[in-house]
Amino acid sequence: MPSLKELRARIQGVKSQRKITSAMKMVAASKLRRFQMRAEASRPYAEAMRRMIAELAATVRSDGSQPLLMRGGPGKTHLLVMLTSDLGLAGGFNANLARLMASLVQDLESEGERVLILPLGRKGGDAMSRAFPDKVIERVAGTAGREVPFATAQSLGGTIETLLADGKVDRVTLVFNRFVNAMTQTPLALPLVPLAVPDNDNRADDAPQYEFEPEEDELLASLLPRNLQVQLYAALLESAAGEQGARMTAMDNATRNAGKAIDTLTQRYNRSRQANITTELIEIISGAEAV
Amino acid sequence: MSVQLEIISPEKLLLRKDVQMAVIPGAEGDIAAMPGHAPIMMMLRGGLVSLYEGGQIVEQYFISGGFADMTAERCTVLADEVKMLSEISIENARTRLAGLESSFANVAAEDISTQDTIARHIQAVRAEIEAAELLLNATRH
Repeated sequence: MPSLKELRARIQGVKSQRKITSAMKMVAASKLRRFQMRAEASRPYAEAMRRMIAELAATVRSDGSQPLLMRGGPGKTHLLVMLTSDLGLAGGFNANLARLMASLVQDLESEGERVLILPLGRKGGDAMSRAFPDKVIERVAGTAGREVPFATAQSLGGTIETLLADGKVDRVTLVFNRFVNAMTQTPLALPLVPLAVPDNDNRADDAPQYEFEPEEDELLASLLPRNLQVQLYAALLESAAGEQGARMTAMDNATRNAGKAIDTLTQRYNRSRQANITTELIEIISGAEAV
Repeated sequence: MSVQLEIISPEKLLLRKDVQMAVIPGAEGDIAAMPGHAPIMMMLRGGLVSLYEGGQIVEQYFISGGFADMTAERCTVLADEVKMLSEISIENARTRLAGLESSFANVAAEDISTQDTIARHIQAVRAEIEAAELLLNATRH
């Protein structure tokens, strides 16, 4: 049975923990809103890009003349790009992704492909270096929960392009947490190369034929790297929003658990205080009776 | 009659506005977006997007390159980077130009794609300086 003093110290300790977790929850909530707004704002560009690619892809022949970013390489090396957070305390955010990675690696290898991993963010980098040290080709620094500048997507896109152009990888899949809502993030594997050409759904049959300047192939070749960056940017924003959502949920749970712990400890504290008083009273009364 | 002009950067939609005419800097020459224009998709170089009302320029934006999707009733400009004219700084642009030119000199002669990329950047920064000088002269007169 801990003494009253020890109990008081523990209650104080849990109370300050609760303050920290509830502050972290507030911070995560406001960051979440910001990332969601940014993701919303980036949608018009992605939408217009999708429309242009769909239009172009329909006119470009689907043989070997397609750019590398569209058809992928001839070999069997598969690059998995993994987007994780730099900071922990976000529940199962990074662990879920690592689990998906492990099963993906297993699936791809059983199909006879060689797998390489490019993790972004400290958590993913650490996990992958532990699990697949021979497959991690490069580690990319994350954004530490701060703003996600478009430049991050640009440089990541550049890295992927170089790897493709050098023939080091032939196919690329992006593995990240899709933001469903603040409570739910679903780990998702999205193929980047070869590109799944979007359908040109809302185009009327009798719409006039587009002209292209420069030629289709050339325009497509310069559009695709930008499209890759835009897709990465969208995923980075979703992952950032998801991280904050996961942290918010995790911290909300931690705050609630701390509240429960405080209640139990306070109850125990009061019981032992009561017991002490009762003992003292008995001692005084029996002392007085003896006189 | 007007066209709906949209200027979009990867980060956000910057402008959506109905204009009588907009002149955008196509990679192979300036092109005017007007109602009823034949649909065209093109690459853009660094330069100014000018919005016209009644034959007069009412607004101008600097873009550092990108793509445009133009149809009879709208013109979507996908810009790599957009700057308001007031945001352009000549000194800053000159420093960047000097940096780009020195890196251009260091690129191996065989590396044509890198040369190409840097050349495009240089062109964009030059256009930025030109735009800034234009603005400077305009305010002086």
